[in-house]
Amino acid sequence: MSKTITIDGLTVPFRDGQTIMDAALASGVYIPHLCHNPEFKPHGSCKLCTVNVNGRNAASCTMPATEGLQVLNDTAELNDERRALVQMLFVEGNHLCPSCEKSGNCQLQAVAYYLEMMSPHYNHFYPTREVDASHPGILLDRNRCIYCELCVRASRDADGKNVFGLTGRGMATTLIVNSASGRLGDTTLAVTDKAVQVCPTGALMKKGLAYTVPIGRRIFDHHSIKDVQTGGGHE
Amino acid sequence: MYRSDSPGLSRLLTPILQRHGRDATRLLQILREVQDACHSVPAGAIDLVAAHLDVPRVNVEGVAGFYSFLSAHPAGEYRLLFSGNITDQMLGKDELMQYLCNKLWVEPGRLSEDGLVSVDSTSCTGMCDQGPAALVNGWPLTNLDHNRLDLIAELIRSRKPVADWPPMLFEVADNVHRGDVLLGQPFEPGAAIRATLARGAKETLAEMDKSNLRGRGGAGFKTASKWAFCHAAIAEEEGGVICDVGGQPERFIVCNADEGEPGTFKDRVLLNSHADLVFEGMTVGARVVGASKGFLYLRGEYRYLLQQLEAVLKRRREAGLLGGNILGQTDFSFDIEIHLGAGAYICGEESALIESLEGKRGRPRNRPPFPVTRGYKGRPTVVDNVETFACAARIAENGGAWFASIGTAQSTGTKLLSVSGDVARPGIYEYPFGVTVRQILDDCGAQGRSYAVQVSGPSGTTISWKEFERKIAFEDLPTAGALMVFRHRRDLFQAARNFADFFAHESCGFCTPCRVGTQLQKKILEKIQSGHGTASDLEELKRLGHILKTMSHCGLGSSAANPVLDILEKFPDMYESKLKAFAFEPAFDLDGALETARKITGRDDEWAHL
Repeated sequence: MSKTITIDGLTVPFRDGQTIMDAALASGVYIPHLCHNPEFKPHGSCKLCTVNVNGRNAASCTMPATEGLQVLNDTAELNDERRALVQMLFVEGNHLCPSCEKSGNCQLQAVAYYLEMMSPHYNHFYPTREVDASHPGILLDRNRCIYCELCVRASRDADGKNVFGLTGRGMATTLIVNSASGRLGDTTLAVTDKAVQVCPTGALMKKGLAYTVPIGRRIFDHHSIKDVQTGGGHE
Repeated sequence: MYRSDSPGLSRLLTPILQRHGRDATRLLQILREVQDACHSVPAGAIDLVAAHLDVPRVNVEGVAGFYSFLSAHPAGEYRLLFSGNITDQMLGKDELMQYLCNKLWVEPGRLSEDGLVSVDSTSCTGMCDQGPAALVNGWPLTNLDHNRLDLIAELIRSRKPVADWPPMLFEVADNVHRGDVLLGQPFEPGAAIRATLARGAKETLAEMDKSNLRGRGGAGFKTASKWAFCHAAIAEEEGGVICDVGGQPERFIVCNADEGEPGTFKDRVLLNSHADLVFEGMTVGARVVGASKGFLYLRGEYRYLLQQLEAVLKRRREAGLLGGNILGQTDFSFDIEIHLGAGAYICGEESALIESLEGKRGRPRNRPPFPVTRGYKGRPTVVDNVETFACAARIAENGGAWFASIGTAQSTGTKLLSVSGDVARPGIYEYPFGVTVRQILDDCGAQGRSYAVQVSGPSGTTISWKEFERKIAFEDLPTAGALMVFRHRRDLFQAARNFADFFAHESCGFCTPCRVGTQLQKKILEKIQSGHGTASDLEELKRLGHILKTMSHCGLGSSAANPVLDILEKFPDMYESKLKAFAFEPAFDLDGALETARKITGRDDEWAHL
């Protein structure tokens, strides 16, 4: 008999070594997340996937599933707090959806829709962040970076290049690239690299494709991120 | 600016790089020395270090940017950092810092035009009993006043090397006012190790268990359990079991001397005057868990202790108390290496400390796994506070029952308290657990009517005068050791602001709630301070506090709202007296926003104002 946990009362099976997030996704249960991507080592930084496990909060992407765990996920309180975290991500950077090429394909925007975020609520920080267009095929717009480190992980673990990293601390945290000039164009990053494909926002984008698919016909214009990330959406 | 191909830079760095070898865990130690040599960590140095250690350049730049004492831009031949704790502020730090800046013709936080000097604030340097305090090129300056700053300005202007400054500027007193079993009794180096060897490792663990010693860093986890878990742990790496020696993983003992909690300075005194007791506790721990290597992670602010601590280690090696075949025991080898921090409070968190020991950014790890099973280099690791190891040495020497007879049932032994603020005799007080706050206030000569006490630093608890009968104990007021006293009429809102600024500055930035939430908290307090706060801001503080507490990655974030909300709850008038009467006020100044338009149009009439 397979081992199980319960999520919001639903019995969900898991294998040893799986996290709560792994088990949930495998069963089509959506837990909001941004820094998690099943292809890479769990990170646990965005905290959107925080669930209540046996009475205590934990990030579901890093928390190992163990027999009988009682998990609360889709509750009003957790969704309120998740919405606040998304609002924090919006105000700490410069996220201007109406003029952003990623609009409609952006996970940050999509998860904000899912959590019914109607306003940024907090005051915008309007930080000054650098845009790097030095690479012929890729644009790095730090205004949209949420420090999920998916590009860092993908470049290191999938591409074997270590093109990206973080420096600074706290609010001064900055995404940096692996070149003495500090320019993306002087790194070994290639357009085909995994690191370019994993960005959940519009911080890293391939050039020349911005409006190939017009706004209004993009993924999250028609599907909830919940359905997209759990492979559902056909009910 | 140095470039990597500059021969001058290469000449400066070559001896540093050669001394540390090609071990990437030395990265932070290397960068500290680069900072000393170049007064910054220039881009060229990052290239050289990355090439030398054969690690990606981003990793080196990432570490260089994480620690406050490393700077990307030149910080001057003389870098003065004033301790910014609330106790330093109450002693006049802000005015003194401005005074020195005026004397030196520099702006706070900026390098002087001639590149000679910079003056800035830093988090608490652990000299609250002899503040206002500062660091010059990392060396502590104490008891600062106008006279001393006049002298310091003169020394800087005449370009006198810091090594040649008058020693009295750097005097650090222990200020022990009450000693008990740790500070008040003599200790014969080797006594605890001898007792451990005579009794046996397993039996010593049983004594530790009987003592009910709990971690002195504040969390209060039972030390014997931690040691037992580490001893029993089989380290696993993805893909297989690590077997270093005889089918067993290597194990490590780490002493957490990153005493960063503002208002705490007891480890400074233990390391200054009782280092043998601490090292002996580590050695006992090594015997119990089966470790052969230990680290002392010393906060950068305490680098002035490094040389004398190295001397103690050397003496202990010569006495056969450290190194190979300890006290002639052929199966017992253990040695200790000292690592220096570089200005990052978060490294007091045990898993962030381990990351830092490995030469990385001090970012708390995901748990589980815990360090006792997967710590330093993925091996089982015990991380304990300085005071915990000192207690362990006493227990090994005198037995668990003896220790358990001191203090209360749930909180055995004694606790070192670092007392500062509005008291006549700031310093170190060692009491058996269970002592009341009132007793401490009486003993340290609390000035006037005491109003509030911040127990265990910003991340601890604020108590009001109504609670002075409460006890220092894990079951009532747990503490890592700080006790900051505020007399009547102190504006506690300034304490809340100071602590909120501290957390915003020290957040590692890894998780969303802490990175952004500590900033939001700081901004709301600034808004209230500037006279624009309303009742809705207080509600916002409570909501933010809840998110910080429940969603953060580690203890820094989850306790970052404690003092802000404690003071709001217990001293609401401190906030309310600063609020506007309105229920809501926007964060920005509407009338101020029209200033540019007024300037352009040359108007200043009534209709040009809101």
